[in-house]
Amino acid sequence: MSVSEFDNYRPPEEPRRKRKGRRRAPGSAFRRGGDGSREMPMVPEPEFTSYYGRPIVKAPPWEAPIGAYLFLGGLAGGSSILAFGGELTDRPLLRRNMRLSAITAASLGTVALVTDLGRPERFLNMMRTIKPTSPMSLGSWLLAYYATHAGVAAAAEVDRVTHSKLPLGPFRPVLRFVDRPAAAGAAVLGAPLAAYTAVLLGDTAVPTWNAMHKDLPFVFVSSASLAAGGLAMLTTPISETAPARTFALAGVAGELVAMHLMKERMDSVAVEPLEQGRPGTWLMWSERLAIAGAAGTILGGRRRWVAALSGAALVASSALTRFGVFQAGKDSVKDPKYTVEPQRNRLAKRRAAGITDDSITTAG
Amino acid sequence: MTGEAAANPTADAHYDHPHPRKGFFTDTSICIGCKACEVACKEWNRNPVDSDYELLGSSYDNTGALGANTWRHVAFIEQGADQIERARESGRALVNLGMPKVGPPQGSVSPTTTPQGTIPVTQAAPAGCASGACGCGGSATDAPVTDSADSSVASSSDGSSVHPDTPDFRWLMSSDVCKHCTNAGCLDVCPTGALFRTEYGTVVVQDDICNGCGTCVAGCPFGVIERRSDGVFEPKNQRDAPPMPDTVKVPEHGVAQKCTLCYDRMKNDQTPACAQACPTTSIKYGDRDSMVATARERVTQMHEQGKTESRLYGANPKDGVGGTGSVFLLLDEPETYGLPPDPRVPTADLPYMFKRAGMAVAGMLAVGAVAFASGGRR
Ligand code: SF4
Ligand code: SF4
Ligand code: SF4
Repeated sequence: MSVSEFDNYRPPEEPRRKRKGRRRAPGSAFRRGGDGSREMPMVPEPEFTSYYGRPIVKAPPWEAPIGAYLFLGGLAGGSSILAFGGELTDRPLLRRNMRLSAITAASLGTVALVTDLGRPERFLNMMRTIKPTSPMSLGSWLLAYYATHAGVAAAAEVDRVTHSKLPLGPFRPVLRFVDRPAAAGAAVLGAPLAAYTAVLLGDTAVPTWNAMHKDLPFVFVSSASLAAGGLAMLTTPISETAPARTFALAGVAGELVAMHLMKERMDSVAVEPLEQGRPGTWLMWSERLAIAGAAGTILGGRRRWVAALSGAALVASSALTRFGVFQAGKDSVKDPKYTVEPQRNRLAKRRAAGITDDSITTAG
Repeated sequence: MTGEAAANPTADAHYDHPHPRKGFFTDTSICIGCKACEVACKEWNRNPVDSDYELLGSSYDNTGALGANTWRHVAFIEQGADQIERARESGRALVNLGMPKVGPPQGSVSPTTTPQGTIPVTQAAPAGCASGACGCGGSATDAPVTDSADSSVASSSDGSSVHPDTPDFRWLMSSDVCKHCTNAGCLDVCPTGALFRTEYGTVVVQDDICNGCGTCVAGCPFGVIERRSDGVFEPKNQRDAPPMPDTVKVPEHGVAQKCTLCYDRMKNDQTPACAQACPTTSIKYGDRDSMVATARERVTQMHEQGKTESRLYGANPKDGVGGTGSVFLLLDEPETYGLPPDPRVPTADLPYMFKRAGMAVAGMLAVGAVAFASGGRR
């Protein structure tokens, strides 16, 4: 790198190795057999140069509120589905609790989104245009529509619970009339609300997020299902939560399978941030809590306190999944190897397949 | 906007009277690292300082990277014998930069202290440099080079030229900038429409509309655009006015910022500040077509001189971003300069992602339906 002996103090690679060592330490403490052994032989010593080890792509300026939104959006969407199901099958407590949970989660999520903006006072600019190429634009519209439906449904619920005490005046019949359509709308919009954030993350140049774009929607809807099912088990008597338990169990099964498949199919370098450091720990605990919650649901789902505990475990598992995926992407930006190596690999693969005319680097 | 590579992306933006697409050709082989471009850009655009002054320990680069307040960034890369060896092994070649001679006049330096004098003889013909066509002087007898610096290195005994570059040292300098991509990730994912395609085919942020959501930052495959965390600046439309007190300066925090290709200057048929300030014409500005043509000519010329390590970056309309408005001539792999080796605009996969998300949504609704159907009425 240099000819001056003083420049030997400049460490383009050393900090990375050190960091890697630190990152791996907590992972190995948990003895992650299969996953740990997987990365060792498959990833050769980095054979790439970088510009002083500096990042190539930039992480978005998204902080914890966005991670929270990923979780809350899914929780809200799943809750609306359960609320509508409860409504159709005569489960009034499930309907009430899930309707109120949905609007609470959606409101908190919206606040989180707005606070994370660089200029929160301009949040309405999100509604300036509808842009199909922008998941953030479509997602904002989706959230607006969803929250309107869920809000109306929740208002109707509150009015019912308080025995028509809301000062609605002549609008009460209107609210009664739109009650069910609004709830149905919230349920139908709830599923895309849980899924679109996966597209939002996949549609970035952040290496680990981008590498997840095939399967992340399945992970996210599963995570939303188990979270909403868990919340129902936590808040609602067992006599009304049998479908919620099924929903949650399906979510657990879906997430375990989808997460496994996703990691399998990802680039072997880009997957590393999901298995190391804080995100690795969080995702591991997410998996454990999901399994524990599912076991509790199956074995003791008919006992109120077991169901509540299992539900809490499932909700926590979903939050950990979202934060883990979120943080893994942010971590993957810090080290240029996650940008360079997958790109070199795919370039080499294309070249090996005889496609040589689509490289950004050309000889003339 | 993610469609097939359009020669002029203004067509996608439906301008009635599109201008020719404008662009840069940054020829890093003649850059001297003076940073005039960086300064001119900062001055013209009234960008605040990035941070406290600090030495980053990366050659003469104390700027670090492109960012919200740095729209031109000059990279400095010092390559020593080990890199040279690796470059030779991997087929990349080393040459002297086409830098103006800056050494002391002939004879003023003792031969024993010239850089040439420090070169071990055994490095003159390393294994793995069979062709000698790289112009590195490694096997100078059959290298068809006429560059004076090369020949001075090849025959160190004449001491005629003291050149800072030697067979085991070279200095790469490259002035990086927003690529103004044909298929721009930042533009595609911007939810407010603050980012737009100008009539010149460039990509510009409207800072009075951006709400700082940060999606563009993640959408750029080159890590160019960034959200500004603080700073105020004087409105650019009052350039002749006396400096304004801080109280009336426009707050510019929290919005995404990047090179505008000097949209305001372009509107007045002016050359962008960086290109105008560049003393070596390393930064060339003009119609994108002619920039690409110039770049092709230059790389051909360099190859004819045996400098086969030179390559173009961004000139290929079939690449992952449909070609860039800012084309570069590089002397090593892109990642050496902090550029991605195979960037791909993420929105290229968006239809597929929506399809997958649609399947997931259908699955979630179906599972919900089954759960309640099997649960029956209470
Ligand atoms: S380089 Fe990045 S910021 Fe510049 S136009 Fe392309 S995607 Fe946008
Ligand atoms: S074109 Fe203008 S804004 Fe862009 S880098 Fe050059 S001087 Fe800066
Ligand atoms: S591009 Fe031009 S102005 Fe910028 S550092 Fe190089 S020679 Fe100087």
